[in-house]
Amino acid sequence: MKEFLMHDEKDGVGVAVIDIKSGQEVQGAALHGQAAPRVKALMDIPLGHKIALRDFKPGDTVMKYGCDIGKVVAPIKTGEHVHVHNLKTKRW
Amino acid sequence: MSISTFKGYRRENGRVGIRNHVVILPVDDISNAACEAVANNIKGTLALPHAYGRLQFGEDLELFFRTMIGIGANPNVAACVVIGIEPGWTQRIVDGIAKTGKPVTGFSIERHGDIKTIAAASVQAKQYVHWASEIQREECRAEELYISVKCGESDTTTGLGSCPAVGNVIDKTVARGATASFGETSELTGGEHIVKAKAATPEIGEAFMKVWNSYNDMILKEKTDDLSESQPTKGNIRGGLTTIEEKALGNIEKLGKKTKFVGVLKPAEVPAGKGLWFMDTSSAAAEAVTLWAASGAVVHLFPTGQGNVIGNPIEPVIKLSANPVTCSTMSEHIDLDVSAMLRGEMSVDQAGDALLEIMLRTCSGRLTAAEVLGHREFVLTKLYRSA
Repeated sequence: MKEFLMHDEKDGVGVAVIDIKSGQEVQGAALHGQAAPRVKALMDIPLGHKIALRDFKPGDTVMKYGCDIGKVVAPIKTGEHVHVHNLKTKRW
Repeated sequence: MSISTFKGYRRENGRVGIRNHVVILPVDDISNAACEAVANNIKGTLALPHAYGRLQFGEDLELFFRTMIGIGANPNVAACVVIGIEPGWTQRIVDGIAKTGKPVTGFSIERHGDIKTIAAASVQAKQYVHWASEIQREECRAEELYISVKCGESDTTTGLGSCPAVGNVIDKTVARGATASFGETSELTGGEHIVKAKAATPEIGEAFMKVWNSYNDMILKEKTDDLSESQPTKGNIRGGLTTIEEKALGNIEKLGKKTKFVGVLKPAEVPAGKGLWFMDTSSAAAEAVTLWAASGAVVHLFPTGQGNVIGNPIEPVIKLSANPVTCSTMSEHIDLDVSAMLRGEMSVDQAGDALLEIMLRTCSGRLTAAEVLGHREFVLTKLYRSA
């Protein structure tokens, strides 16, 4: 069993399918594509929440489902939790 | 598809229902008490109290009539008693429902009072219950169904599991000739270009974009913040969804991989033919499912992540979830657990087959979790203030 899933191999975030603990080495899989990244979690990532698969800086776009899901508003390191504190909608 | 038939109720107009309700329908808020009294007198009836029906006008009034007539006309309803404060609007609803050929009678309260109205309506309702209770289920084909789809209290597991499972059922049933509808206009924001590309023709795609733009303009005009905590909801955020774009992309998984939609419906509008239709609806579960019930949909597929508990009085709502926490902590609300999809132990196709099976069992009479738990959320959509 994988610890996180990606919708598309281009995605910059994965979705935890278990409660991931800080410091844990976790393995992912892409539903569409061949990507199978392995990253070290830098924070606890609850089931269903997103883990960064690369570093982001403010203004960057985060991709999920191979699509734009919003803009980064605070620096994010690989393995950190991506959520409302560092990612915002571009729509409203 | 392994199973393709179920035992349903074939109505006077040829449409197929999966429940056999005798409905006591109030025209307006002040007739709720009389309707509830009739439903208390006559077992086997169902009163549908609601908050509106007075001093509405224009398009909002048209939507009100479309909704009330559509609910009475739904194939899950065998017969209907309509009670209103005055005879004019009462008769308009009775006449609309009567076009289906099903039994319907109206009563008005003015010049009679509640007590005499309740007595007369109870006598009529009793006759309808005896008549309806002898109608037999008969074999119907899955393609005779009109299915609606909408998710609620979504999280990232809905996009990974339960919404793709619904999309698989849409692909399998619509290809065979079933009718289906999706909506949630505001909740397509971020994926509207994907929905547009799923239209059967460029004209239908443009018609969809016109509706989406109009809803989006309304939100941008009325909003006081970035809609965080409302779209996505607090529950969505708790479940890991961060932005409307992310939520929309999960939502759109319900549309299937192959199916194109064939038209755009106003709220509560009856589809003009078979295939998948977009309906302009709110994303609030009870409002949206009520609009689909009013458009004639007989069964609803409802993926949930964090555990929305919604039901509808006349259109059974089947819940599925891929979130293992929800499936264990709220198991009484979940009709189908697809959390194995997250573990890589269940494919989208297997989940679709499992959902199809529970859907057809539900259509043959199995009660949903929401029905057993008494969830009867009947919520009319209001477009603007009354006069």
